[in-house]
Amino acid sequence: MNHNGNTIIEVRDLDFFYGDFQALSNIAMEIERNRVTALIGPSGCGKSTFLRLLNRMNELIPGTRVKGQVLFDGVDLYAPGVDPVEVRRRVGMVFQKPNPFPKTIYNNVAYGPRLHGKKERAELDGVVERSLKASALWDEVKDILHQSALGLSGGQQQRLCIARAIAMSPEVLLMDEPTSALDPIATSRIEELIKQLKEDYTVIIVTHNMQQAARVSDETAFFYLGRLVEMGPTEGLFTRPQKEQTEDYITGRFG
Amino acid sequence: MSGSNSMFLRRCRQQAAFWVFRLAMLAVLGALGGVLLYILIQGAGAISWEFLTEPPRDSMTKGGIFPAILGTIYLTLGAVAVALPLGVAAAIYLSEYAAEGKVLRLVRLGIANLAGVPSVVFGLFGLALFVGYFKLGISLAAGSLTLGVLILPTVIGAAEEALRQVPSTFREASLGLGATRWQTIRKVVLPAALPGILTGSILGLGRAAGETAPIMFTAATFYTLHLPKSPLDEVMALPYHIYVLATAGTHIEQTRHLQYGTVLVLISLVLGLSLVAIIIRSRMRKHKKW
Repeated sequence: MNHNGNTIIEVRDLDFFYGDFQALSNIAMEIERNRVTALIGPSGCGKSTFLRLLNRMNELIPGTRVKGQVLFDGVDLYAPGVDPVEVRRRVGMVFQKPNPFPKTIYNNVAYGPRLHGKKERAELDGVVERSLKASALWDEVKDILHQSALGLSGGQQQRLCIARAIAMSPEVLLMDEPTSALDPIATSRIEELIKQLKEDYTVIIVTHNMQQAARVSDETAFFYLGRLVEMGPTEGLFTRPQKEQTEDYITGRFG
Repeated sequence: MSGSNSMFLRRCRQQAAFWVFRLAMLAVLGALGGVLLYILIQGAGAISWEFLTEPPRDSMTKGGIFPAILGTIYLTLGAVAVALPLGVAAAIYLSEYAAEGKVLRLVRLGIANLAGVPSVVFGLFGLALFVGYFKLGISLAAGSLTLGVLILPTVIGAAEEALRQVPSTFREASLGLGATRWQTIRKVVLPAALPGILTGSILGLGRAAGETAPIMFTAATFYTLHLPKSPLDEVMALPYHIYVLATAGTHIEQTRHLQYGTVLVLISLVLGLSLVAIIIRSRMRKHKKW
């Protein structure tokens, strides 16, 4: 086992079932700290399911079952006694469609910190400002912090959702096709942001857009039919794929 | 040409169908308008400051209906105070916690059937349980509890529907930030569902205010000298007052205009309460658009 301090998540022999249907088989993967890892593959290949296993979001769906281990800093997230609420505090998530709460911009960002007992105004002000700056939204919203978040554009809403996740100071940020509902300009802003975020966070992003994976990620994992086919440095995977299925997919022969 | 002919026929049929629906709607509006207008004409003469603020006198043939107005307001608010927390809690359990399955379907069926139980049965139930077993006597408290149970299905149904309409992405976002289920419900789901829940209590409010049978055995009295001072006092109430004046009094013909006046007050009260709630709801809705 190579715990060289750079591995933040290690997945071992992971199987996942929706009822009788096995959605993921025998996944093994290591994810490195302060890197952007992209998960790619055709629709239904299990990449989003896999992502949601990393913060235990799948268990909210009745009838699902997990086998295997997800080691986070060496601790199995699925060991008995591990609190999923604590897992989700340390592993933040940004969803496919921007989903700000119907609250003010300020209260969206302060939502997480408040849940965990931060109440002091000055402290919250600081967290909100830092998070909005880190998600490159501060300049656009600093004068309208107390207006509804639902008045923002889609791209701004998604950056707000990133700020909301960052406000929890998670160690890992999961992003599930974060730009699929956005226009190209908003998309490129989010992509820029992702590249900055890896300074402080480990980012794992699901994308169906291979150009996006190539642009933002350091490592890429290719999923097909519930299996991890190939994983490696992004450039290598796109230029010299080792497996035929990977090559077929990235050259557009199927997908 | 046969083509244009059939086109003509289809258009005629369409027009005919539209007219049937139009007439049906006009009939409903007409009936409602007719009832309201009739009550207004018959009852307006009885309305005066004295009528609204004084107790009845001279064997109900003179004076006002103030104690009955107050009693109905108390009973209605009491019923909502009982049904709202209980109904919302039940709805939260049904929509947020309970696992879909046979048991849940059975519970839903039970609630739906509860809504169909005749109100006089609720009256007898209230008499047996609240008046008798809990020894509350004929009282404001017993009547409020009985009316509360009566409107429970309405409140549960509306609250469940409102909770279901809160997008699941809100729940995911909150849980994804490390909120517990209860924190998610309290801070995100409930606030978003509030306008819908309010609609439920509006419907319940109107029903509670107008019911006669449930309060007949549990709360209402024909005449009392004093206004209710505690929840254990019996009260006068508008629907019961109308019922008694119109059927059981000794001066039924003489008090006819008072009966219509009381009906007018009851209807205005229900519409007024609903209006207030509708205004609150639309204010809240303005802040949400998803």
